Amino acid sequence: MSENLEPHFRRPLLKTPFHERARALSQVDSFIPWAGYTTVDVFTTMEQEYFAIRNAATLYDLTPMVKYRVAGPDVVAYLNRLVTRDVAKLKPDRVAYCVWCNDSGHLIDDGTIFRLGASDYRICTAERQIDWFLDSAIGFDVEISEVTEQIAALAVQGPTSCAVLKTLGLAGVENLKPFEIGYFSLHGHALTISRTGFTGDLGYELWMEPRSAEAVWDALMAAGRSRGIRAIGSQALNMARIEAGFLLPNVDFVSAEHTLRIGRDRSPLELGLKWLVDFNKGHFTGRRALLAEEIEGPRRQLVGLDVAGNKPAHNALLYTEAGGKREIGSVTSAIWSPTCKRNIALAIVDAPHFRMGSTVWADIYLNRELVWERRMSRAQIVERPFFAPERRRATPPAEF
Amino acid sequence: MIVAASGAASAYDCIVIGGGHNGLVCAATLSKGGRSVLLLEAAAEVGGAALTREFAPGFRVSAGAHLLHLMPADLLRDLQLNSHGLEWAAQGMSSTALVPDAPPLLLGHESAAGLSSTDAQAYSAYSARMRRFAAALAPVFSRVPPRLGTSGWADRLSLLRIGWEIRKLGRRDMRELLRIGGMNVYDLLEENFESAALKGALGFDAVLGANFGPRSPGTVLTLLYRLAAEYGAGDAGMSQPKGGMGALCNALAKAASAAGAAIRTGAPVASILVEGDRAAGVVLESGETLRAHCVISSADPKTTFLELLGARHLDTGFVRRVNHIRSRGLAAKLHLALNRTPVFRGVAEASLRGRLLIAPSLQHIEHAYNHAKYGEYSAAPVMEITVPTVNDPALAPAGQHVLSAVVQYAPYALKAGWEAGRQGFLDAALDTLERFAPGLRGTVVAAEVSTPADMEREFRTSGGHWHHGDLAFDQILMVRPVPGAAQYQTPMAGLFLCGAGCHPGGGVMGIAGRNAAREVLKHAVKSP
Repeated sequence: MSENLEPHFRRPLLKTPFHERARALSQVDSFIPWAGYTTVDVFTTMEQEYFAIRNAATLYDLTPMVKYRVAGPDVVAYLNRLVTRDVAKLKPDRVAYCVWCNDSGHLIDDGTIFRLGASDYRICTAERQIDWFLDSAIGFDVEISEVTEQIAALAVQGPTSCAVLKTLGLAGVENLKPFEIGYFSLHGHALTISRTGFTGDLGYELWMEPRSAEAVWDALMAAGRSRGIRAIGSQALNMARIEAGFLLPNVDFVSAEHTLRIGRDRSPLELGLKWLVDFNKGHFTGRRALLAEEIEGPRRQLVGLDVAGNKPAHNALLYTEAGGKREIGSVTSAIWSPTCKRNIALAIVDAPHFRMGSTVWADIYLNRELVWERRMSRAQIVERPFFAPERRRATPPAEF
Repeated sequence: MIVAASGAASAYDCIVIGGGHNGLVCAATLSKGGRSVLLLEAAAEVGGAALTREFAPGFRVSAGAHLLHLMPADLLRDLQLNSHGLEWAAQGMSSTALVPDAPPLLLGHESAAGLSSTDAQAYSAYSARMRRFAAALAPVFSRVPPRLGTSGWADRLSLLRIGWEIRKLGRRDMRELLRIGGMNVYDLLEENFESAALKGALGFDAVLGANFGPRSPGTVLTLLYRLAAEYGAGDAGMSQPKGGMGALCNALAKAASAAGAAIRTGAPVASILVEGDRAAGVVLESGETLRAHCVISSADPKTTFLELLGARHLDTGFVRRVNHIRSRGLAAKLHLALNRTPVFRGVAEASLRGRLLIAPSLQHIEHAYNHAKYGEYSAAPVMEITVPTVNDPALAPAGQHVLSAVVQYAPYALKAGWEAGRQGFLDAALDTLERFAPGLRGTVVAAEVSTPADMEREFRTSGGHWHHGDLAFDQILMVRPVPGAAQYQTPMAGLFLCGAGCHPGGGVMGIAGRNAAREVLKHAVKSP
């Protein structure tokens, strides 16, 4: 029992079980709040951490990821009514990326569903969803509980990540296929490992009891020393996820439960997630609206952009022509991709201007020593992901 | 999902679930519109909550609603209910407010006996004004409520028409209507009258069958709603069908049958059959599958959507709204078998032909309501009493009588549970009656209390609520029962609502059934 009687509101952010380790490695003291926890934005520099993702191995504390356990006799029916994918096809010890929508077919959030047993599932999301999940449970025999604080989570990502885990003695980890779950033991600490991640690279996510957290961290750091392991913060991860073409809630879309203005919510069809929508599996929330939308065609589309020049198109408005008269959308995420050597962006573009290969113009504002300059750059609509190395799928992964 | 043999042809154009007055009106209207109709009733006879049944050997009573005052005259006429056996035991029934230790007040349309000159003057002005408001609001009842947030012209026009009816009242009346529209009835009556008994009697109608006390916000609306419905029904006051309320439904059933509808009783529906994301029929509790091109449910929205259809066929947001419908009843029925004519102090025999009210003051009603807020029944309940055998002696053995009363407040979820609370509640009701009719207790041969929990079981209405959901600002018109189902159509193609849970609500009105049938005729194509 805690002897600390200080009122909680004086320190509103929780510390993850990895916090002391992260604090010790933080060189720039850059912490940000995430889902009620304090987490590292940058340990040293964003660039150094980014290159570790693409060239070595990295540790990222994803404990604040909100986790729900869903179980019960109706769990498959429940999940199938909740999300747009067919969960009945998800085999035990597998993970599926899913989205869920409100009645009008607009995205509430995305997340991953882990099938941990015959009728035992876990949903990981960026934001808390308990009210929507419970309301969705009306009429279903399921139990839903939040287990965020009971599970510590660590992402181990990068080309040498598998080698680091093997060095630890986790025999067979190399046989895990993408989206597969395996169960391991490390010095007596139970580890659930899924071959998942947010980097688009070879990588794993490790799930454990909070009391195992520091021991696992220390073991990974020791085992990974010769393979360039490094703790990373959210900024470097953000670069990697843009290269991988992954969406970030509140950046690339706003949850339909949070939007106030008309036309600000986004459907999975608009976000390029049609492959996640299974109209043939039976009813799910938003199905009727999405069917209607499919017939009419989406009003806008999230696309990848290859922008001329080397200036990231942060928040740029998009136009049909260099003259900047006809506005057709805006950029949601943008970086100069060091690995692709391309100036890339994710953008929302209105119909009918989102055809693959077509040209749009990005109005980029540059602050050059406090003087704002404006540059109209040609941009081409290109396929996502921007970066998809073979190693992310290879099983077993090559030794690096 | 229920899977049935595919390719089976629909035997009927329409299946109507529930043989209450709304289901029957709907079935009759659809049949007259040329559709083949099958009506399914769970109970052994039609009627729903508009049913006459025996509650003690030889004594029969309207088990739910006991007065008819809301059913439009044109509806009765169109369905030719007179030729289908509907007769009146009484029409234009009076209201008498019982007052402790004072002569009762006889309330008429424009005047009331026994008032001070100030109150008498105020009463006639108040009655005339409320009638003008009722006349302005009445046309809304027979129309399909507009959808909100659409750009459809029909919806916009419908909204404009509501506004226009109110604007037509003229500047002074419109201003007054908008001023009082959101008030509570306590404040309204305090503004107008001196007499506590008069205020109590007028305020009672605002909370009759509702989850409100006179000080609850929005109770002027519930009163105006009732008055507008009465006005729309032809302004003929209250009446009592010969043979009780069940006789009305028997006549409706005959009208429906005459128009070609098939009626099956003792056929409870277990679920609505869904095929290819549309309602394709029903499955009975017996396991029998009946197919139709569309299904129209007069069951309450919660039962229809959550029990018969199932949440898994609906979106979460819609289910959330349905789940939040306030539908817990607060009104109980008391049925007494009496071995002689009851004698209420100061009440003339003629007045016994009408209804008697025990609501001596607004304060008294509010106190009675206070208990209900905390899950208790009222220690000193308020009542609407009829003695139907005075007008219709056939309901009881010769020389004996039936007393039928609506008793408030009796919360659906009594904290102590109705098993434990039933006797105490009956005693409280009998003690209250005894104060106004000394000696009545000694004449009681048999007594029955029907609580909202009982009515939920007997009439299969979630929460045992008369109206299938409170009539309040957030549950009327385009938000009744919930957005997405307020135009009788539902998110499930081929499934319609036609019960009291829809606009314009409950009471034995029948308009919901008729409006729904008209929508079905407009939108649902006939089966080939």
